[in-house]
Amino acid sequence: MKLLVCLKQVPAKDAPLKLNSAGSWIVEDVSYEVSEPDAYALEEALRQKEAHGGEVTVITVGPQRAAQVLREALAKGADKAIHVEGDGTQLLDSFATAEAITRAIPGQHFDLILTGLQSDDSGAAQVGVILAELMGIPHATIIMQIEPVPGGVRVKRELEGGAFQYLEMPTPAVLTIQSGINKLRYATLMGIKQAKSKPLSKINAETDGISVELNRLVIERLYVPGAQKKTERITGTAKDAAARIASVLKAQGIGAGE
Amino acid sequence: MTSDENNAPQQGAVLAVVEHSDGKLTRASLEVIAAAQKWAEALQAPAEAVLVGAPDVELGAELSRYQLRAVLQGRHEALRSYAYDVYTQALQQLITATQPVLVLFPHSYRTRDFAPRLATRAGRALISDVIAMRVEQGKPVFTRPIFQGKFAADVAATGGAPYFVSLQIGAFQEPPRLGEQPAPVRDVAVDPEPSRIKSEAPFHEAQQTVDLAQAARIVAVGRGLKEAKYMELAQQLASVLHAELGASRPVCDSGWLPMDRQIGSSGQTVSPKLYVALGISGAIQHLVGMKSARTIIAINKDPEAPIFEVADYGVVGNLFEVVPALLEELKKPS
Ligand SMILES: Cc1cc2nc3c(=O)[nH]c(=O)nc-3n(C[C@H](O)[C@H](O)[C@H](O)COP(=O)(O)OP(=O)(O)OC[C@H]3O[C@@H](n4cnc5c(N)ncnc54)[C@H](O)[C@@H]3O)c2cc1C
Ligand SMILES: Nc1ncnc2c1ncn2[C@@H]1O[C@H](COP(=O)(O)O)[C@@H](O)[C@H]1O
Repeated sequence: MKLLVCLKQVPAKDAPLKLNSAGSWIVEDVSYEVSEPDAYALEEALRQKEAHGGEVTVITVGPQRAAQVLREALAKGADKAIHVEGDGTQLLDSFATAEAITRAIPGQHFDLILTGLQSDDSGAAQVGVILAELMGIPHATIIMQIEPVPGGVRVKRELEGGAFQYLEMPTPAVLTIQSGINKLRYATLMGIKQAKSKPLSKINAETDGISVELNRLVIERLYVPGAQKKTERITGTAKDAAARIASVLKAQGIGAGE
Repeated sequence: MTSDENNAPQQGAVLAVVEHSDGKLTRASLEVIAAAQKWAEALQAPAEAVLVGAPDVELGAELSRYQLRAVLQGRHEALRSYAYDVYTQALQQLITATQPVLVLFPHSYRTRDFAPRLATRAGRALISDVIAMRVEQGKPVFTRPIFQGKFAADVAATGGAPYFVSLQIGAFQEPPRLGEQPAPVRDVAVDPEPSRIKSEAPFHEAQQTVDLAQAARIVAVGRGLKEAKYMELAQQLASVLHAELGASRPVCDSGWLPMDRQIGSSGQTVSPKLYVALGISGAIQHLVGMKSARTIIAINKDPEAPIFEVADYGVVGNLFEVVPALLEELKKPS
């Protein structure tokens, strides 16, 4: 099975984020990591390869720094990597990103393309579905299990409120992966060493006609959202905070004497 | 039935695309109708509801109670069970026939599954998870969360109408306005090709053993708890407060607590009197499951964590210091 996994580099979960002075984007000097659902998509691709044979290619669209997620993926066991690189590519919307991925893989005939169900930064939940549309192939979203069947795949799709559903579709297909589908592995020292000799090809986004001009969605402004409730902020020492919370709870009749 | 007596072109509407399951409209559908009514006014356009489904889906009468110019039904045998391909085609046909200005969906799993295709075919963006709209120089500008809810973004779509927007579930809770007389119900012809997808019936994995919806108090833990062994600390607090334990999704994914303790869009929806969130960031998928709790206390070390936006009391601090101190305080006689 030939698999492609789409990986996005996003600000690390615990990175403190600040807005730039124009309020148009964040200040970018933070630490980055792979978007969480994408890590599960990669793990799933590696497991499929281990179970059924084949090859795993990883791709990212992003500035120079994004190559890091590819190197990590190669160290975990991916076979090849493609970096669609360009300044400003972090500002591409889901459509432009899907377009960039499509243009980067002509004639490569992947059986399965895996993406995360949504990216941790933009949270649009669209690249995978748009990619399937642009490539004219089927898709399924929010997938929690993949099983190859003759001519296609049978997948388990998560539904709202804890329900699931099985679907079967012909391949090639795009699947968007939900976090928790499997248990993530760590890269081994050996893997990290081997990654250095694996192919990582770079594609210049600009040469491929990829720029924010393709965006169908334009961000005008970012800001800190207003509170939905009047929140009493409790700072100070743990002991002070605990005392305040205890008094709130006791006022509601909760606590020791209950 | 179709009753387009006068064939004069009608002004493009704000369409509310509703969802139904087991013959009932989903709650999120009512939110979409409410938003459509509100935004239709802002855009000086009429609001209409759109229903797609099998020929025997009978929700037209129920929808016609709301203040709408019309209820449009695209019904076809191929739409009996959901598959993205038939739904995309049917809605594409319906949109081509009606030329709306704005098409609103609930940001449901189903919308996530087909609406990006629909918008792409129309040469437009789908603006997802939207919480607000305003009109600027005649054009709509939408607000949606970004960076896990740490910021809000104002976004516009290129290319003009129709705009495709999915609405964050729970963001428009005011009930839709009822009309003075029933809105006319019209069938719009749709004829999608059969699906390429074989879909089986939805099912639940295991019998739910805890019904957190009934709990009066919940202590919920998130990934901030770091490791399974610290569940003990949360358990202690829960015992003192006579509370049930709940969790964010990653906690259940990691097996620190069973799946039936998960709270949020893919878990349970709760509304206890007291909700104590320990080390939970407050992603929207978690918030939709708990934000109607009466009193919310959040303990999180990140002052910008979105959980504080819905909390009544927000402790900015390390839970491993605050919780033990709180246990001490609660031992003291009042
Ligand atoms: C389709 C879909 C459905 C989903 N369904 C659900 C669902 O039903 N329920 C759900 O919960 N999630 C759901 N999610 C996942 C959701 O988006 C978030 O990823 C998840 O809620 C995050 O969980 P968390 O807050 O525990 O972890 P994180 O986001 O990692 O947050 C951990 C928090 O702990 C804080 N912290 C760390 N250490 C400490 C400390 N020592 N003291 C105090 N605070 C600390 C951090 O500041 C951080 O805010 C869903 C996602 C998708 C896309
Ligand atoms: N810049 C990118 N490079 C590679 N893959 C991406 C990129 N952006 C998004 N994706 C993939 O598409 C998924 C959904 O992204 P989004 O539509 O932004 O929510 C992500 O989980 C990734 O798998």
